[in-house]
Amino acid sequence: MAPPVLEVRGLKKHFPVRRGFFTRQTSAVKAVDGVDFSIGPGETLGLIGESGCGKTTTSKLILLQEAPTEGSILFEGRDVAGLAGAELMAYRRAVQVVFQDPFSSLSPRMRVRDIIAEPLEIHTDLRHSAIDARVGEVLELVGLARDVAPLFPHEFSGGQRQRIAIARALATDTRLIVLDEPVSALDVSVRAQIINQLEHLQRTLGVSYLFIGHDLATVAHISHRIAVMYLGKIVETADSDTLCARPMHPYTQALFAAALPSHPGERSESGTITGEIPSPLSLPAGCRFHPRCPSAMPTCSQVEPALEHRDGAGLVACHLY
Amino acid sequence: MGGLDGPPKPPALGDAPAQPGRPSKSVRDPGGPKGAPVLQVSDLRTHFFTFGGSRVVKAVDGVSFALREGETLGLVGESGSGKTTTCLSIVGLLPRAARIVGGSVRFEGEELTRKSQRELRRVRGRRIAVILQDPMASLNPLFTIFRQVAEPAFFHQHLRGRTLRARVQHLLKAVRIPSPEWRMRDYPHQMSGGMRQRIVGAIALAGGPSLVIADEPTTNLDVTIQAQYLDLLKDIQRETGVALIFVTHNLGIVAKMCDRVAVMYAGKIIEQAPVQELFDDPKHPYTRALLGSVPKLGSKEPLYSIAGQPPNLASLPPGCPFHPRCREAVERCATAEPPDFHQRDGSVARCWLLEHGAARS
Repeated sequence: MAPPVLEVRGLKKHFPVRRGFFTRQTSAVKAVDGVDFSIGPGETLGLIGESGCGKTTTSKLILLQEAPTEGSILFEGRDVAGLAGAELMAYRRAVQVVFQDPFSSLSPRMRVRDIIAEPLEIHTDLRHSAIDARVGEVLELVGLARDVAPLFPHEFSGGQRQRIAIARALATDTRLIVLDEPVSALDVSVRAQIINQLEHLQRTLGVSYLFIGHDLATVAHISHRIAVMYLGKIVETADSDTLCARPMHPYTQALFAAALPSHPGERSESGTITGEIPSPLSLPAGCRFHPRCPSAMPTCSQVEPALEHRDGAGLVACHLY
Repeated sequence: MGGLDGPPKPPALGDAPAQPGRPSKSVRDPGGPKGAPVLQVSDLRTHFFTFGGSRVVKAVDGVSFALREGETLGLVGESGSGKTTTCLSIVGLLPRAARIVGGSVRFEGEELTRKSQRELRRVRGRRIAVILQDPMASLNPLFTIFRQVAEPAFFHQHLRGRTLRARVQHLLKAVRIPSPEWRMRDYPHQMSGGMRQRIVGAIALAGGPSLVIADEPTTNLDVTIQAQYLDLLKDIQRETGVALIFVTHNLGIVAKMCDRVAVMYAGKIIEQAPVQELFDDPKHPYTRALLGSVPKLGSKEPLYSIAGQPPNLASLPPGCPFHPRCREAVERCATAEPPDFHQRDGSVARCWLLEHGAARS
């Protein structure tokens, strides 16, 4: 197997909580608490979990918008923590992001040409005409016409804006794109267009994706492998097909039970878990899922399970196995 | 119905539309498809007039459907297809620029389109309740949960004091808020998103409505919380027999919740069918495309993508509004608009391709 593009080892991010006049640190929000994964070239890793589970903090750590409390991020074998100068710029060139809401992620005062050209102006010393040519090229890559370059974002629909955001992410020699819920803000008929487009781009360009989402069906569709996150930890990872065929962690099973049916014949009302995600300020002892877990045992509230190999390749952190 | 709370005693579980036992029971037993419809919308047309009336946007253009007691209708469509405007027309909460220019809304035998706002105020919150998408926006951050849940019972049922408090506790318990006697003193910001949406549900039930319009109530919720909320709505419906209109763009929610589905496109219902028929045998190419564009668990088949963008209502193409995006369009689609074709299995669709099938049945 080819060496991974991105490897994350023991990644932690704790946000200190200060209370009172003397601003002592009283506790910490453990947003990301020991996460390991890797993404191979041309691969899509789906990161799934509910709000507050640390998906977005993980993506911010990868994009170097936050410094990790512990752990390391390796890009093509090199730790990104020590990068500076030209090497740091090279990393920023290679790792791009597409956000959820294309209405707020594109500046309304910039023309499409300038939006897509911005990373090129920062990272390359191409001439004006060469930048224009590259802008036209990536616009065509994402299925837009070259001549939309002089328009403003408000002249586009949601789906088209998301294409512009993807074009911007592809403008430099991108090897990894962090997709933070890129289709949740779009209309149903447009979602399929964007998902197909992303899959097509991956096949032709060989870029890797970190696809963050909360809709199981969408994540399972686009990802090769899936990591399920709960309260800052990965509770299960496996191939997308393996995970769909046999989810093992009770939380993954609960996510599948909560997934909406694709046909009225598949209706079921049982199996939804009760309760809500506990506050990351006061994490439950032992397994973080045990207060909501239907098959919790006495050990679950005392010992935190480690990720172990599950059958059919993959890892699961649960005392049941 | 809900106004029957005459004697000052706390309503028992079983909830709103009437006193527990009888009325709700008799409502439930017919199982829906019998008796007069609760709501009958016929040929409703709501247009927006902007730039002093020089620009007319036909947001709702000839929508008809009926809803019976205990029934759930899914109103499906993309943004801008007229789902929300249809709902706002029913309850008379349209923005200023919009006007109902034709058609009728009959609710429990009364015509709503001709009622004044003052008369409508006695219908809204009492007999028709609305649940909106964003619970934070529909709750007032300055008032306690108690005050907001109590409001419909205070105004419509004239409950006061201890009775009112008991009623609120009962409603909060019905939507599964833990320790309601404490939580009702809290403010909305002290609640999680799922709890807030359940509170909005409690407010909706407070007047004892016979129709609840839920406009994308779970869009902002997490998947497991969404599943809890949908199950809760179903339980409440089973207990009280309210009719539900579920506005959504999520076909999964339709598959889970609805008895019948109306698919909207460009201000019109282009297909209406019982939910089973719609998923088994969609008649309109747009419905087929919508169903094909949703990823299915465990399948990696490429998704069916509908070309183009949802239409701009201010400049609709002639003929069938879907024809520029339709893969099966024929010449006629660009010139003449198809009427409703009734199908043998009880579905109705607007597509020229069905003309002969309809004639045969």
